[in-house]
Amino acid sequence: MLRGNAFKLGDNISTDDIVPGRLAHLRSNLPELAKHVLEDVAPALASRIKAGDFIVGGENFGLGSSREHAPIVIKMAGASAVLAKSVARIFFRNATNVGLPVIICDTDNIDDGDELEVDLAQGTIRNLTNGAGFACAKPPQVMLTILEEGGLIPYIKKYGGFQLPS
Amino acid sequence: MGKTLAEKILSQKSGADAHAGDIVIAKVDLVFVQDTTGPLTLKQLEATGLKAVANPGRTIIFLDHAVPSPARELSNDHMLLRHFASRTGVSLSEVGEGICHQLVAESYANPGDVIVGADSHTVTAGGLGAFATGMGSTDIAVALALGRTWFRVPESLKVVIGGRFAPGVYAKDLILHLIGDIGANGASYKALEFSGEAIAEIAMSGRLSVANMAVEAGAKVGLFPADDVTEGYLQAQGRGERYQRLYPDPDAAYERTIEVDIAGLEPMVARPHSVDNVARAKELKGTRIQQVLIGTCTNGRLDDLAVAANMLRGRRRHADTRLIVAPASRGVFMAALEAGHIRALVEAGAIILPPGCAACLGVHQGVLGDGESCLSTANRNFRGRMGNPEAFIYLASPATAAATAIAGEITDPRELL
Repeated sequence: MLRGNAFKLGDNISTDDIVPGRLAHLRSNLPELAKHVLEDVAPALASRIKAGDFIVGGENFGLGSSREHAPIVIKMAGASAVLAKSVARIFFRNATNVGLPVIICDTDNIDDGDELEVDLAQGTIRNLTNGAGFACAKPPQVMLTILEEGGLIPYIKKYGGFQLPS
Repeated sequence: MGKTLAEKILSQKSGADAHAGDIVIAKVDLVFVQDTTGPLTLKQLEATGLKAVANPGRTIIFLDHAVPSPARELSNDHMLLRHFASRTGVSLSEVGEGICHQLVAESYANPGDVIVGADSHTVTAGGLGAFATGMGSTDIAVALALGRTWFRVPESLKVVIGGRFAPGVYAKDLILHLIGDIGANGASYKALEFSGEAIAEIAMSGRLSVANMAVEAGAKVGLFPADDVTEGYLQAQGRGERYQRLYPDPDAAYERTIEVDIAGLEPMVARPHSVDNVARAKELKGTRIQQVLIGTCTNGRLDDLAVAANMLRGRRRHADTRLIVAPASRGVFMAALEAGHIRALVEAGAIILPPGCAACLGVHQGVLGDGESCLSTANRNFRGRMGNPEAFIYLASPATAAATAIAGEITDPRELL
């Protein structure tokens, strides 16, 4: 069970919003890069976010670059998950690989600052601020297994390669 | 049931009878990273405990994004990547050789290949009929070590292209129009498969531009069939023997069919801050532009530089508009020198940058000032993309870019033909 407050952002949050190219020189210094997470769209987010909070977007979250630094710094900043109506393909896979859950749901039910409770196993979300309860979409089993292992690296360490559910 | 191009290639590389929606594990024919995603790839590779590179001869590290390096940290990243290449025997493409996607097209990609790269524009090689897609560093680290990766077989959208381009209208206008039509997530998780009578007339340079921007509609891959144009290109690149004719089956199942008649197409421009925010160039007359960028993995090829040079020859950039040109590779640069294009561009006031990604991603070589506008031949105009969240980026063809550089405002290139 995950519990925290929502940082509500809009549609089409790009990887340039999350970690812009002007910070390319910080990509091998992830703790420093994480201080700048999403700063162009949510100033000082890194200093306002608490461990367990949620980044909440609209449509097509994470579009753009393949830079995995984007989900990594969201996770390093303390977010326990990203919630969005839809998410760009590469970001979705990257987030899963680094152990950051991405939850596809109707985020119109969520306002900035709302307190949320997310049950990943059940696929349910409760908005403790407005009382709304709603379900989220289930990702493919291969992604769920990677997420359950904590990301692709622990998954590969455990299985030695990719396993398809039979 | 017949197969789409995506289903055909993934069936062949996985050994499974793959259909849309299936999960498959496929062999990869080429794996690559570039200098802003490579260091994290090496870190993740080390964390997996997997030591060997599955296929060093088909694994490439490209130094192309921050070249020549503008910062100590990025220089150190380059050193790390060079050291890994010399230790493992993987190929290294040095600073100045060019942009990964251009070099993959020139020297590596073949029809029917599965190609994965730690860069979203890996889709460019779909122009050659390769199932090419971008992934993050951890996926690429694992693919590099295992020589395979998993895919969800995508549903395909069939784009049927008919008609002929009018003078001044190019493949870039086609893809901008299509993305404007279906939206920046209009092909999310899908394959875009291009077909129709018009594609026989679209040269490889144009196909690569179209495939390059498939990801801007959210697509996993943008695929052209491998046909006579593909064979001609491979022969010119000295690997004609790697050609195989590759078409989807006539009874393949598509999620949807989109018809585009290019005969009526006009020069298009994507406005800030979204690639699907398109308008006709002529509608934007009067929009002042402080910088024009011609180059990138989308439009930095010889044909693109030729179009720009032919328009700029004997003319001059507007006094208030900087003109930056970056050939996509050293080969393109050499050919453009020999053809006289570089001279024409420099005489017109252009700054020529070394082959590489240049200002496109905002690291250096053309960072915009507050409130400035750039018209670029690149593929992305997100807020902050070119190094400044207070700047504005418009996307267009090399012809529109050249016309805009001359006029100092967004200009339909047909005005100057």
